[in-house]
Amino acid sequence: MVENRPWLTVLSHAVVLIGLVIIAFPVWMTFVASTHDQQTMLRSPIPLLPGPHMVDNYVQILTEGYGGRFGSSKHTLELGWGPAKISITMSTIAMTMINSMIMALGITIGKIAISIIAAFAIVYFRFPFRMWFFWAIFITLMLPVEVRIVPTYGVVASLGMLDSYSGLIIPLIASATATFLFRQFFMSVPDELTEAARVDGAGPMRFFWDILLPMSRTTIAALFVIQFIYGWNQYLWPLLITTKESFYTVVMAVSRQANVVDSVPSWNLLMTMAMLAMLPPVLVVVFMQRQFVRGLVETEK
Amino acid sequence: MAGVSFKDVRKTYDNKIEVIHGVDMTIADGEFIVIVGPSGCGKSTLLRMVAGLERITGGEISIGERVVNELEPKDRDIAMVFQNYALYPHMTVYENMAYGLKIAKVPKAEIDQRVRDAAKTLELGQLLERRPRQLSGGQRQRVAMGRAIVRKPAVFLFDEPLSNLDAKLRVQMRLEIKRLQRELGVTSIYVTHDQVEAMTLADRLIVMNAGIADQIGTPMDVYDRPASVFVAGFIGSPAMNFLAGRVAEGGRAIELAGQGGARATLALARATTAAAGAAVAVGLRPEHLAPADGGPLELTVELAEPLGADSLLHGRFGESRETVTVRLPGHVRANPGETRRFTVDPGHVHLFDSQTGKRLADA
Repeated sequence: MVENRPWLTVLSHAVVLIGLVIIAFPVWMTFVASTHDQQTMLRSPIPLLPGPHMVDNYVQILTEGYGGRFGSSKHTLELGWGPAKISITMSTIAMTMINSMIMALGITIGKIAISIIAAFAIVYFRFPFRMWFFWAIFITLMLPVEVRIVPTYGVVASLGMLDSYSGLIIPLIASATATFLFRQFFMSVPDELTEAARVDGAGPMRFFWDILLPMSRTTIAALFVIQFIYGWNQYLWPLLITTKESFYTVVMAVSRQANVVDSVPSWNLLMTMAMLAMLPPVLVVVFMQRQFVRGLVETEK
Repeated sequence: MAGVSFKDVRKTYDNKIEVIHGVDMTIADGEFIVIVGPSGCGKSTLLRMVAGLERITGGEISIGERVVNELEPKDRDIAMVFQNYALYPHMTVYENMAYGLKIAKVPKAEIDQRVRDAAKTLELGQLLERRPRQLSGGQRQRVAMGRAIVRKPAVFLFDEPLSNLDAKLRVQMRLEIKRLQRELGVTSIYVTHDQVEAMTLADRLIVMNAGIADQIGTPMDVYDRPASVFVAGFIGSPAMNFLAGRVAEGGRAIELAGQGGARATLALARATTAAAGAAVAVGLRPEHLAPADGGPLELTVELAEPLGADSLLHGRFGESRETVTVRLPGHVRANPGETRRFTVDPGHVHLFDSQTGKRLADA
């Protein structure tokens, strides 16, 4: 669009800047708060520029924890089995970060794996009720998690999966959106390619691994970003099914600290936690974005 | 190395519609067969049945001595070149060519040898590490052929491989395919709707029409003695002219309808078997009409198209309804409404039954 109206340029820039300030200001305030000590944060006015306590706050959160009723204790994460078992001792906050990471990665990888296989079956195989299954999956798009949260809880509880990673991850893995996206992508793959693979002697699974999967790279990257953030930001579900601190996620931890009743919240530490909780999704976006764009550029030529 | 034979091959889809109505033919080892026909005539379906990409619902296809009806494509000893090349976009040229061999568990050293040999034949040596999207259309086409060559199949199948290339490249690749096929001596089946490709490449042509092989023969055979009105109209460009006529007494001449007078009679080289008075379709190729004062055919010109080497005159003979085209060498100018007289060598008059469209036999 080529237009040369100065006032329009000014106006559109103003809109962009105002939008940016509205969105970025709370993030900036979170960062600023994470660099002061508690006294500064309780005095009025609240500072708008970073203070000198950034390193102290982050070190405390990652090693000591938040302090107070919840999160002062040390946690030990045990990895591996038998002689290969290692134990890591860390603060509650670090522990919740790891829990969140396990949950988000589990959901993301699980969702992508299950939906790509489902889409593969629906697009490339003929079996009875094929379209019926597709619509059955598709219709779950219409129901948000919250609507079916009570029966889901019932199922998970009776399977004994409360307070476990599998309980956190598995109920959130099924994804109509991802299945639908992969289906659309597979349907755009030319039939000739499938036929060429058949003539080359590739069986269905070989075709899937050698051709379809590498070709889906960009779709996978896009879904990874979306689903990781979805998994990381889960709040209601982990809140429902975890009762042990050792399974809390970082989003839950931040919210719990903000709601303390018996003492003044340490805003500086709370905001430090919030900053840490924001970091992984941001990193995922930044890192995957590059993969994603590279993929797009490569196929574009 | 093997021939291919078709025995009453039929294809019926799930909805009971038959699209191939029984094709019979034997292709000799090393022969280059072109299947040509308009879109929807079943030519691609027939090829895909040989490849194993479509089920054979009736009859038998054998490659060599083996009936292949129930074999998977990979077990049929064929290689196929697709219209849109169907190269794997995420693999390099080398990997594309090696993929089939890798699956067949050919030893690495041999794969390497075969791929490099094929690359040399096709002049792809510099491009082995590139990806398909970094190649031009002609190069992609060559990679697709390379992928077929490395398999050392008994039969090559080509599904309109040149239709996505521009005109100049098409001529070049056509020659290359012909040269390659001669060199390798592999039986080839080639599907196209382009009659120039069909005429130049084929040892023998199959002209398909609505699921039937209307004529099978050498290109010159098909051109000189088309078996039906359809084949006559399909092969040759511009297309053959058809006029309605009747067999004259004695069967040695044809009276053309709507022309009147003694001059509208065409002599025949050999007497026809059709009864006197029988209605026939007379086929005259545009290039066989020669200007002649006092010739039997009077053309009223409607449009002249100079092409440089030749000129085309479009118009009508006498009061007949059919428009006709005449091809004359060199530059010919003619104004609309002008009349010209033409004659035709009796050997170049084609007669077809006006009901069945089949060529009428000579007596």
